[in-house]
Amino acid sequence: MRRWGEWVFWVVVAAAYFLLPSRSMLIAEIATTALFALSLDLVLGYAGILSLGHAAFFGLGAYAAGIAAKNGYGDPLLGLALAAAVAAAVGAVTSLLVLRGSDLTRLMVTLGVASILYELANRLSWLTGGADGLQDMDVGPVLGRFDFDLGGRVAAAYCLIVLFLAFLFVRLLVRSPFGWSLRAIRGNALRASAIGVPVNRRLIAAYTVGAGLAGIAGALLAQSTQFVSLDVLAFHRSADILLVLVIGGVGWLYGGLVGAVVFKLMQDLLSQLTPQYWELWIGLLLIAIVLVGRERITALFRPHAAPAPAE
Amino acid sequence: MTLALETVELRRNFGALAVTDNVSLKIPVGARHALIGPNGAGKTTLINLLTGVLRPSSGRILLGDEDITAYSPDRRVRRGLARTFQINQLFADMRVLENLGVAVHERRGMGSTWWRRARAEADVLELAGRFGLTQVLEQRVADLSYGQQRLVEIALAFACRPRVMLLDEPAAGVPEAEREDILAVVAALPEDVTVLLIEHDMDLVFRFARSMSVLVAGAVLVEGSPAEVAANPRVREVYLGEGGHG
Repeated sequence: MRRWGEWVFWVVVAAAYFLLPSRSMLIAEIATTALFALSLDLVLGYAGILSLGHAAFFGLGAYAAGIAAKNGYGDPLLGLALAAAVAAAVGAVTSLLVLRGSDLTRLMVTLGVASILYELANRLSWLTGGADGLQDMDVGPVLGRFDFDLGGRVAAAYCLIVLFLAFLFVRLLVRSPFGWSLRAIRGNALRASAIGVPVNRRLIAAYTVGAGLAGIAGALLAQSTQFVSLDVLAFHRSADILLVLVIGGVGWLYGGLVGAVVFKLMQDLLSQLTPQYWELWIGLLLIAIVLVGRERITALFRPHAAPAPAE
Repeated sequence: MTLALETVELRRNFGALAVTDNVSLKIPVGARHALIGPNGAGKTTLINLLTGVLRPSSGRILLGDEDITAYSPDRRVRRGLARTFQINQLFADMRVLENLGVAVHERRGMGSTWWRRARAEADVLELAGRFGLTQVLEQRVADLSYGQQRLVEIALAFACRPRVMLLDEPAAGVPEAEREDILAVVAALPEDVTVLLIEHDMDLVFRFARSMSVLVAGAVLVEGSPAEVAANPRVREVYLGEGGHG
């Protein structure tokens, strides 16, 4: 995205926070989803690893922060750090499975890992609350000063700031030599290794970082809603986040953010109009995007994108 | 004679078939050595063995004094063995600058640097100058002409600053108008870089190579200078004369 475009984007985000205080919970939710999508963009859009189980790390982060808060470690930042560490550790271990084989194998393995964690969380009800969800979390004030309020003002600010910092981190990452090597691997893994790129090590690193960021997103949800249910690990969460990323566009950082805004607003708006059928409209949007071509809409903001083909 | 690259009784079987059959090559430092052979002679398998894409059934590969037989492909590159591909293998969605940058970063051991922006290193600009790519540095590789892509292909391998460079049919598929550019670049490779050229095009081989090996059915049939090889009746029979079976 061009520099002025980036400024405009973040100014609009800040303005939304100050101008729409009544929608604070929705803003917090969008920011959480955006961070989750951003983490998947790093894994899929830059490292080229197709995942249908990214919710595994989101859920791990949510439970890590939730269980910590329930057991007297309610400091939000401590919760984030813990969530990132747990999710990244599991990401690093499972990356060894994920990196074997082709796209289809990866889909199945990521799906499998997420399913196992879901069942595990279901079974270990003494720890996770099982199907009833994790209750009685006691989340402390952010930085020891800002208590989470019912209106969600603190939650929204907190989620947005964490999203912004995580975004800056990922932006730096993908523009660094490390990020270039990821794009090279995604473009042509055979050649990448033929110019000396240790392909597997790089992919493990990217997958681990992506898992850690997803964990942070999960922790944000747990802390801002003070509740964790099995839903954080559910299959539809993995599928939805892929949808969010496809709506916004894979591999340009803002795709996850734009996708999260569009997806959540549509969900919010349409579920009021047609509570049962809002997913129908999301489906139609998706088809429209594929047919019309998102390139033409986003080409405006992208520095190196090829010009949209003329009719 | 110091050797840059040596294979010792290298063998690779696919089932009962020996696709590479006791190949012992000795390639001295600074050589311009061509490897020729009819289709199916095992040239591609030999390259894959040298670069580590395939593991040999038996035998050893030495790069200088170092036994690299068990090394992964990327480790071989970092030890100084780089290759080009018969069909371009590039990062088509990335700019020329980024293509070369990735290779330069890896060579300088900063490929995992994540905490600062990548920029056009001096090495990248120098490479672009050598390969005539300065004007197109900011362009996406996919938008270049085939000849220019071919130059990027060779530049990528050279960016690894190899001691030994394997060129797999460098002029393959290049239109006549751009062919001389490729040949000039190949001819201008520094003398201390050892070049192993795998080629079909006899014109290019005789112009460029100072020594050559003829591979037939996985084994080395003849070795010598181009003149010696060209004069060898067995070679004429299986390959140059096109009279034998291909």
